[in-house]
Amino acid sequence: MTKDAVRGAKEEHAVPAQVETPATEARPVADDSARPRRRALRAPKITATRVLLVVLWLGSWELSASTFLDPFYYSKPSAIWGRIVDWFTTGTAFGTIWEQIAVTLEEAVAGFVIGSLAGVVLGVLLGRGRFLAEVCAPFIKAANAIPRIVLASLFVIWFGLGMSSKVATAVVLVFFAVFFNAFQGAREVDKTLIDNARILGAGPRQILTTIVLPSATSWILASLHVAFGFALIGAIVGEYTGADKGLGLLINHAQGTFDSAGIYAGMIIITVMALLAEWLLTLLERRLLAWRPPSAATEARI
Amino acid sequence: MTTPSAPAAVPRTGGDAIELRGVTKRFPTRDGRDYTAARNMTLSVRQGEFVSVVGPTGCGKSTSLSMISGLAPASDGQVLVQGRPVTGIPDGLGYMFQQDAVLPWRTVLDNVAAGPRYRGASRTEARDRARDWVAKVGLAGFERYYPHQLSGGMRKRVALAQTLINEPSILLMDEPFSALDVQTREHMQDLLLDLWSGTSAAVVFVTHDLTEAIALADTVVVMTAAPATTKNVIPVRLERPRRVEEIRLEESFLEVYREVWDSLREEVEITRARGAGRVA
Repeated sequence: MTKDAVRGAKEEHAVPAQVETPATEARPVADDSARPRRRALRAPKITATRVLLVVLWLGSWELSASTFLDPFYYSKPSAIWGRIVDWFTTGTAFGTIWEQIAVTLEEAVAGFVIGSLAGVVLGVLLGRGRFLAEVCAPFIKAANAIPRIVLASLFVIWFGLGMSSKVATAVVLVFFAVFFNAFQGAREVDKTLIDNARILGAGPRQILTTIVLPSATSWILASLHVAFGFALIGAIVGEYTGADKGLGLLINHAQGTFDSAGIYAGMIIITVMALLAEWLLTLLERRLLAWRPPSAATEARI
Repeated sequence: MTTPSAPAAVPRTGGDAIELRGVTKRFPTRDGRDYTAARNMTLSVRQGEFVSVVGPTGCGKSTSLSMISGLAPASDGQVLVQGRPVTGIPDGLGYMFQQDAVLPWRTVLDNVAAGPRYRGASRTEARDRARDWVAKVGLAGFERYYPHQLSGGMRKRVALAQTLINEPSILLMDEPFSALDVQTREHMQDLLLDLWSGTSAAVVFVTHDLTEAIALADTVVVMTAAPATTKNVIPVRLERPRRVEEIRLEESFLEVYREVWDSLREEVEITRARGAGRVA
């Protein structure tokens, strides 16, 4: 029951693309040749359609902002591009753009690392320890129900305008995303695998490192994608609440001066950062989960 | 076979590798009552003996293995392995599960090397020994494959090598080949007999396939419908070495088959009458 209580608190969390593969039949070791060929024909078509969509979107925006829309409120692609170029060449009101990026990135990465480590350790601990899980369930449920963004204000009071208040915000956001997945992953370990390892001579430590952790890895990795997004949000919201550097401050400043192009420009930079991080995490995932059968996970990824 | 009442003291019996004396196993169920999976079960296996356990589906055959392995302690009665009461997992015990128990994130070689690694061997030593065993089960060349790249039969070979590399003196097998097609199964049975013949391991092989049970074993133990009790112990006097696909056509094999089936039929009918529907 308590297991369900803790699980019930988990709502919008990531689920691994594939938790287990009950493969009863032989899978072909070699790739069948028909599929890659069709894909080779499809790929340029997809890319062309994507480019077309972007051109249509930006073109119509630019056109309407030059005719009937007021660019003061809605800005337009050329103005946003000009702002980005301006930031990278002459700098921002608070120093060079690289400085702002570095600060935000540092906060997000620190929050991400601390939050995910704590999430994995606690998740696995509670996932394996029934007693601990039952004791902690109501507290975790309550903590998860807190609108954690509000904590950013509290952290500014506690830790000041410097980096640590932003890291703290990122940590709370990341922690829960990772925790619930690690918990679930540690719970779902196949009992036969554990029994088998015990028979083969494994002690509790070896079971943890060779059975529980690897089998929870796909769950944990799935949550890391969401978690880095949360880390960025935490850092930026933290900067928004009060800071002397960072992209969040830049956006807040743009808002204060009715500079809609500046808001868009900040958004784009953050998006690029998030996409790069996502790419790195995918590389990591591919490396760690090389043992998984190539299937749905590689087909249509979004 | 009658069930002797368990004596208070445990005499060290000489020859028996495994002994169950009046063993009962109860599981608590959701509605608070106990479900009795095994009642007054008696079984003895000598060192080097191959015993098959057959019984109607769901009668509690597997329960006997989990009690011997120490994974699930008996509720009542005595379970002795090498003369000592089972409290944890006994030394020198191997257990091949019905479900796939190979680690999907490890290659064939590292799966087989798991046992020696757990028992303190160095990585190189464990891998060297694993390489031998991978070859012995006929998977040479597949060392670097992951389980999902293998067929069901090949995964069973990995599991067999993983279990046998520890050189168990007690080998428990829970319908290990039931998920395989007939030809693959016969291959695996022959392989098992080949690998076992060089050892003096005591084997308890649970199955619902009478042909398999008789072809492999020195002794067939028939269990009653649930809760499982030992009903009959039937010796199989067929010469070794045996080839599974040939032996089942021999007259002496058919005699044993008839005897086992006569004993089992009643229990199967009881199980069927209870509405279990699924029959061995």
